Amino acid sequence: MSETTEAPDVLAWTCPLPLRERPRVVMGHGGGGALSAELVRDVFAPAYGGPALSVTGDSATVELGGARLAFSTDSFVVRPLFFPGGSIGHLAVNGTVNDLAMSGARPAYLSCGFILEEGVETGVVRRVAEALGEAARTAGVEVATGDTKVVEAGHGDGVFINTSGIGLVPPGVDLRPQRVVPGDVVIVSGPIGAHGVAVMSVREGLEFGVEIESDCAALAGLVETMLAVTEDLHVLRDPTRGGLAAALNEIAAASGTGVVVLERAVPVPAPVANACAVLGLDPMYVANEGKLVAFVPRAHADAVLAAMRAHPLGREAAVIGEAVADHPGMVVARTGLGGTRVVDLPLGEQLPRIC
Amino acid sequence: MKYIEEFQDPALAERLLGEIRAAVTRPWALMEVCGGQTHTIIRHGIDQLLPDEVELIHGPGCPVCVTPLEVIDKALEIASRPGVVFCSFGDMLRVPGTGRDLFQVRGEGGDVRVVYSPLDALRIARRNPDRQVVFFGIGFETTAPPNAMTVYQARRLGIPNFSLLVSHVRVPPAIEAIMRSPNCRVQGFLAAGHVCSVMGTGEYPELAARHRVPVVVTGFEPLDILEGVRRTVLQLERGEHFVENAYPRAVRPEGNPAARAMLDDVFEVTDRAWRGIGVIPDSGWRLSPRYREFDAEHRFRVSGIDTREPSACRSGEVLQGLLKPHECEAFGTVCTPRSPLGATMVSSEGACAAYYLYRRLDLPSAASRHPEGSPVV
Repeated sequence: MSETTEAPDVLAWTCPLPLRERPRVVMGHGGGGALSAELVRDVFAPAYGGPALSVTGDSATVELGGARLAFSTDSFVVRPLFFPGGSIGHLAVNGTVNDLAMSGARPAYLSCGFILEEGVETGVVRRVAEALGEAARTAGVEVATGDTKVVEAGHGDGVFINTSGIGLVPPGVDLRPQRVVPGDVVIVSGPIGAHGVAVMSVREGLEFGVEIESDCAALAGLVETMLAVTEDLHVLRDPTRGGLAAALNEIAAASGTGVVVLERAVPVPAPVANACAVLGLDPMYVANEGKLVAFVPRAHADAVLAAMRAHPLGREAAVIGEAVADHPGMVVARTGLGGTRVVDLPLGEQLPRIC
Repeated sequence: MKYIEEFQDPALAERLLGEIRAAVTRPWALMEVCGGQTHTIIRHGIDQLLPDEVELIHGPGCPVCVTPLEVIDKALEIASRPGVVFCSFGDMLRVPGTGRDLFQVRGEGGDVRVVYSPLDALRIARRNPDRQVVFFGIGFETTAPPNAMTVYQARRLGIPNFSLLVSHVRVPPAIEAIMRSPNCRVQGFLAAGHVCSVMGTGEYPELAARHRVPVVVTGFEPLDILEGVRRTVLQLERGEHFVENAYPRAVRPEGNPAARAMLDDVFEVTDRAWRGIGVIPDSGWRLSPRYREFDAEHRFRVSGIDTREPSACRSGEVLQGLLKPHECEAFGTVCTPRSPLGATMVSSEGACAAYYLYRRLDLPSAASRHPEGSPVV
């Protein structure tokens, strides 16, 4: 650096080089944010993308033999394997079931691939498998096929699971961000942020004075309840990695509408809000595993909200905003004090701040 | 913990805003020293709600932003060595050194770990006696005491494989440097409440008197900020300039004596380079001679570092309050959180990142026309 000076030397002010290219994969590439999207856009889609490949939605909708099927896959690498409110087994079922449900499908069959690390206790594998079975029975889906691989010690993290699923999309149901129009009401099915904070609390050994349980749950039943009110829901999304902020940004970008969120209307449990405040995280970006966000035509919004609140998984459903014609592709929050701010797509993983 | 909701009460905020509006008769430029305060101001839209006469200038108080490139390059070099476990707070992992960051070192096989306390790093060192465990000790008076405590414990417990890469900075010399800058426009300071909770308020009266500038110790919730602004404006309107504590629930005049004693024992004051600003005399800490063996720079003899900083961005001016982030030509075009030119855009507490993340909708810049956050697939 420069020599000691009595006052800052304007001419010496300098800045670092940009990091435009990342020659190696970093954790953020799996964070569900902008880096993940870039990997899909630049590497995967050009390599094997076809007309059926869905790179925006949670699942693809394909036609086969006259039936409309939702088809989805997801891999689960959570650490620790068991956490307050769930386990990797529960996540592996509910994650894929929810991805199918967001297409309006009735999930039917799952595949289940286990990648086990040499040395992991069979008792642990059994507990995970039992949790997975319990979750499948609760969700009303059947595991129809599976696979097991073992990797050498040090090449895995105990248990990894991949699940794929298929389900039938009922006639008349067409859930896509492209159907969103200005005026649509944005509803979230309940308080956000619990899953991410619950996992972090056990993974990092953090204690927040009160145990926070993951919201891990299968949402197909809730979606069915909503579709019973009207088939004319516009889009559903489960805000997992990247949280509510990522889900809303994806819908805004894919629909070409703007989204306005009333910050004080977004339900955040007090323990989650407090934990996030301590860690410097924004609950809007924290992962959920049992919540959905819905864009509903204004005419149906009250009835859909009432139906959601009558369902056990939607008791605390709330209207949090609306789709607007302004600022297309962007999500804007009205703050509690009356200001506004942009709610951006997260870049990668959220990082706890230094102080 | 119900405080969070209470300190964001819209009715109380409106009352404070009303008092500020009633008091202001002419333009005033106030600097909030801490990046956490900047974050609160922008995230809650406080700058939009204040009367036009009150301008908030963002100060240098983002520990990630001001850590010099040379130190980050040293961190990258040490973290790349075999047998080293490099521990850091999370938000340092994304800050670019010359050409790469700690995330990339981890991607290349380096053992880089995020910890939530420096004592976690010490625990890792005890469990891995055959590895060298290094903790990246950066930040202001807030993070320095626990880092000092860690080194103190390492010596007391005899943990030879632990060391600290130190780049701690002190706020008062930075305020002094800002006030002495010929371009300085700052007329009042919202001092960083958490810094004062450690150091007390004793470092500021002489500064306030010498530069005839009010210094109001301010917290981090929206109502804290508004109360800090209100008190600073009242002083300025009355022609007064003294130190006020608007954060008494956390700050005592004497600060935290135990933390200060730990700092005095483990560290000594030194000149320190601030990224984007340059060297400020007496503005940092380094390990004192009796703890030298725990100094990672000393232990690893890092040399051959080729630090290169092109003079493309203007974060130095932003850090000193001479430029608003969106007034930089690069803001939101070539410089975004995805491809940052400067640390002020990298760190979540950096002023440029706060403007980009929360405010680019209403800024007259290219950023709003190129929303990088929009997914492309």
